[in-house]
Amino acid sequence: MASDNNLVSVEANLKPEDFRKVGIDERQAEVIQRESLSAWRDAWQRLRQNKLAMTALGILGLIILSAIFMPFISKYNYYSNDLMNTNKPPSSDHWFGTDDLGRDIFVRTWYGARISLLVGLAAAAIDLIIGVIYGGIMGYFGGRVDNIMNKFSEILYSIPYLLVVILLLVVMEPSLGTIILALTITGWINMSWIVRGEIMQLKNREFVLASRSMGAGSKRLLFRHLLPNAVGPIIVTITLSVPNAIFAEAFLSFLGLGVQAPISSLGSMINDSLTGWLYYPWRFLFPAVLVSLIMLSFNIFGDGLRDALDPKLKK
Amino acid sequence: MKKSKSLLLMIALVLVIGTVLAGCGGNNNNANSGNNASPTNAAATDNAGTNTGTAGEETLAADQTLRINLSAEPPTFDPAQAQDSQANTVLKTMYEGLTRMNDETGQAEPGIAESWEISADGLVYTFKLRDAVWSNGDPVEAVDFVNAWKRVLDPNTDPTAPYAYQLYYLKNAEEYYTKKVADFNEVGVKAVDAKTLEVTLKAPTPYFLGLLSFYTYYPVHKSVEGNAKWATSKDTMITNGAFTLTEWTTGQSLQVTKNDKYWDAASIKLSKIDFSLVNSGATELLSYKNGELDRAGAPTGDLPSDQLPIIEKELPNEFNRKGIASVYYYEFNVTEKPFSNAKIRKALAMSINRQALIDNVTLGGQLPAFGFVPPGIAGADGEYRTAIKDSYFTEDVEAAKKLLAEGLAEEGLDKLPTFELSYNTSENHKKIALAIADMWKQNLGVDVQTVNQEWAVFIDNRQNLNYQVARAGWTADYNDPMTFLDMWVTGGGNNDTGYANPEYDKLINDAKVSSDLAARQEMFAKAEQMAIGDDMILMPIYYYTNNSLTKEYLKGITLDFSGAIDLTRGYLLEH
Amino acid sequence: MGMVRYIANKLFYMLVSLFVLVSATFFLMKAIPGDPFTSEKKVPPEIKARLYEQYGLDKPLYHQYFKYLGDIAQGDLGVSMKRLNQDVSHLIGQTFSASLKLGAVAIVVSVIVGVVLGMLAALYHRKFIDSAAMVLAVLGIAVPSFVVASVLQYVFAYKFGWFPVSGFKGPLNYFLPVAALSAQPIAFIARLTRSSMLEVLNADYIKTAKAKGLSWIQILSKHVLRNGILPVVTYIGPMTANVVTGSVVIEQIFGIGGIGKQFVEAIGVRDYTVIMGITIFYGVLLMLARFITDIAYVFIDPRIKLSGGKEG
Repeated sequence: MASDNNLVSVEANLKPEDFRKVGIDERQAEVIQRESLSAWRDAWQRLRQNKLAMTALGILGLIILSAIFMPFISKYNYYSNDLMNTNKPPSSDHWFGTDDLGRDIFVRTWYGARISLLVGLAAAAIDLIIGVIYGGIMGYFGGRVDNIMNKFSEILYSIPYLLVVILLLVVMEPSLGTIILALTITGWINMSWIVRGEIMQLKNREFVLASRSMGAGSKRLLFRHLLPNAVGPIIVTITLSVPNAIFAEAFLSFLGLGVQAPISSLGSMINDSLTGWLYYPWRFLFPAVLVSLIMLSFNIFGDGLRDALDPKLKK
Repeated sequence: MKKSKSLLLMIALVLVIGTVLAGCGGNNNNANSGNNASPTNAAATDNAGTNTGTAGEETLAADQTLRINLSAEPPTFDPAQAQDSQANTVLKTMYEGLTRMNDETGQAEPGIAESWEISADGLVYTFKLRDAVWSNGDPVEAVDFVNAWKRVLDPNTDPTAPYAYQLYYLKNAEEYYTKKVADFNEVGVKAVDAKTLEVTLKAPTPYFLGLLSFYTYYPVHKSVEGNAKWATSKDTMITNGAFTLTEWTTGQSLQVTKNDKYWDAASIKLSKIDFSLVNSGATELLSYKNGELDRAGAPTGDLPSDQLPIIEKELPNEFNRKGIASVYYYEFNVTEKPFSNAKIRKALAMSINRQALIDNVTLGGQLPAFGFVPPGIAGADGEYRTAIKDSYFTEDVEAAKKLLAEGLAEEGLDKLPTFELSYNTSENHKKIALAIADMWKQNLGVDVQTVNQEWAVFIDNRQNLNYQVARAGWTADYNDPMTFLDMWVTGGGNNDTGYANPEYDKLINDAKVSSDLAARQEMFAKAEQMAIGDDMILMPIYYYTNNSLTKEYLKGITLDFSGAIDLTRGYLLEH
Repeated sequence: MGMVRYIANKLFYMLVSLFVLVSATFFLMKAIPGDPFTSEKKVPPEIKARLYEQYGLDKPLYHQYFKYLGDIAQGDLGVSMKRLNQDVSHLIGQTFSASLKLGAVAIVVSVIVGVVLGMLAALYHRKFIDSAAMVLAVLGIAVPSFVVASVLQYVFAYKFGWFPVSGFKGPLNYFLPVAALSAQPIAFIARLTRSSMLEVLNADYIKTAKAKGLSWIQILSKHVLRNGILPVVTYIGPMTANVVTGSVVIEQIFGIGGIGKQFVEAIGVRDYTVIMGITIFYGVLLMLARFITDIAYVFIDPRIKLSGGKEG
């Protein structure tokens, strides 16, 4: 605000006709500017030029659409058994073969992808929101606020996760919501630490100090300068949050605490087929390939997004 | 084709049950079958002699180290504190009780006791101990048994023995534990002299000699007195069996080494047993195939069930299957609607296809169960299940539909409401639950919600009757139908169904005090008819089998009727 | 003077955190149904009552809680309620030694491989090496650890017979579990390093350094590596605690009796003292790791002040 007043007082000594418009608003001088495009549209333009990232995005879109619609086009459902046709290899009847209860793996894989994506995306979104806000506040304000908030997250992080999950599953109805809750209860902490670390590192940088000395407020500093500059690590972390949540669900399945059967998730399908993967490779292969494809796409897309968003990588 | 083949297998299995499993222990089977009539020292020496004879024709491997896996680490090696089958496996190698089970005949043979007399009323047993010594050289005396049993029955032992009730067969034992009797001298065990032990029972117990081979009845060395932690370290464990504990790293490894001071050390050929502690069936199988284990599978470990049919084909000479005295079943909470109605319960029991379940889901060659007492349990003369057929009901979908309709009408319902079928976390339980739920859905049109629960939560719910239908399994504690049937008495500790039937209680109580074997068997048959045939408080599914792999060079390992394994007499041939 | 006060302050907070952690875990654990003496074959009520009495489970909850606090204040973690008469500290010692050995090797491997991969990728940004390194890294993230472990086990132990399938006896036993354990951290570290190195490489002070005529080696070692590695340091703290406290999946598949497996087992059987003991142990380890991370930060990045940024 102080600088604004200065400008006004300088202006007061001169007549308007002494000036010619040059098209630059000086009050915007401390704002990062290149073109009049918003940062996001700018990023999108650059992202579009990254073929690999766009391919990944395309594959992701395809997988999501398949996960939504594929289960409807098959004549089978994900839960009906056929004990006369257990562990059958892929055929024209069962495109992906059948599992140990004679259930159609094609339908179960896509249904499982639906569940896994739902769990992964929901958990990642919650992690992102809580983690960025919490980590941003910790890193920015520092001092006592940081200390207390950091302690809280550390304690939460060290409480045995399994105890919390078991208690949650006992107290609440075993459902997808409970699983997502169980995954996010400590899932956001890692994100908050990454953000905190970045912000702590950034806030003493020259451009932040400059902006601050020119009177930018906390909110502005945090959201216009600090977080956009921390976006690289945030994106890297979030692209890992989705696979992490999907794997965490698989780990719960490994311990028998995952989604309730007969509902399938990719993790639980892989887990169920793991002991016999040599003999019934199709039971293992389809969900494993799909899960890897999802992970791969998320990561490649995340990399592309990171490059596109990072203001310092502009050429 | 597939069906008839497995049917043949079933028949073969029925024939095999109660005798020896094909590969392992098969060698010395014939030689031993005759000598179980009068347990004497001579019989035991004979047994040992036979073993040596058999081995003489084959060449023993130079390295007699047996490598085997335990899927769960035994929590303790204190015989008074032990509670599980894995501890049993290891304790059996380290200790010997008054008797030893001959797994092939199913009879108790002389162990530390070289002979015994039983009074005419079946209440007083007098044991003559042989000249056995502890691993530190001290003689094993009658007083070691008295002290060990006193430790089990003393509520002040640190901590108190969870299986103290396994000794309640002794006169005044329960009274001593509950402090109604203060003086241990009044309890039915007495050291008459250093080598004579006199045991007095509360009631005649036909299977008592077998019980004496159980770990809760093992003697302990006098040095355990005042040292609560003695069984946690190999340095303070003084034992009297074929092996001694020589290595124990929590979670990693366990090793026992031959005890040269064991009285029958001549018939022990193994020099060491190395136990690995892996609790993944897939890993265990791979280790076995890779030559890191000499034996894999039940009862010490686990083979992945979906690979059993393949292993059977791949390794026919190493694969063994043996029926054991355990039953897998679903119990009903009979105290709550709609399962308070016997017709509805029967409809559910009659509308599944057990053979299809076994052939396609459990894959372990189990036997379909239509009763509660499994084959392999001794009856009045031969096996109980041979004398009393388990034909309490049949699988019949049409009749089941009719019963269901009648039951629903009695309850004033149009349709069976969706109910919950709970099981504890396990791949196999899950598969079975899903398959049965689907059969019910297809055959009766009822909707079932399968609920997976963490083990302790599940047990807690079941014991508090907080369930509708729940999975359960029961293994014999001792070789008598009583171990299965006394569960269902009103208010019984393991009666998780809420069943209360005074007539049933009376039958069991009468059987408990009867010493007439034929009459007892009749009472058991009646009780079983009542619980299963009439009331169907639980729905039997199958009788368990143990599936295992044994390398062809490993011989002499035996399994008893309940599937417990005896490693002590094993030996390795050159390979 | 700042350092001493800083450390004292941190230690005090650690104690407070530990107390909160112990309390939260204690009540959480007790809220879950079942107890150490829950068993399928029910023991008669008089025996169960006696067991409760001996382990103090018959007392009111607050009584048990204060007794436990008193015990741990004296450094006594008690005895296991399931592995009868075994000291909890002994159990932790034995199982942790396995996890620590395995974890330490895995961390060293992941940091070295991860940082090198990430650096190469950043230095050769948008070149073939970059893509190759990132594909490798992405594969590590894309495949679940139990799949990696099972496949490694099958291929290298069973098919090729190079390593044992299971167990934890000799150096050969390390290879497969370490490989499985570090796959994910390598990928994570490589990506973090690449991403932050790219930032640093584009920063003005590096350009200045270049302009000043400093050699590449000097720039790399003095500026790029030190600044580029900061996020990695942040990650290494919690990762160390995570890795050395054992991966249940890896330990289960390779049959290694580590502390992770022990902990899951203890929760399963409600072995209260062991659950608490391992929680405290884990908590202390994690807090120490964070503490060391913070200190390391101060040394690596001089712009971070000990006071923690009060000027904001």
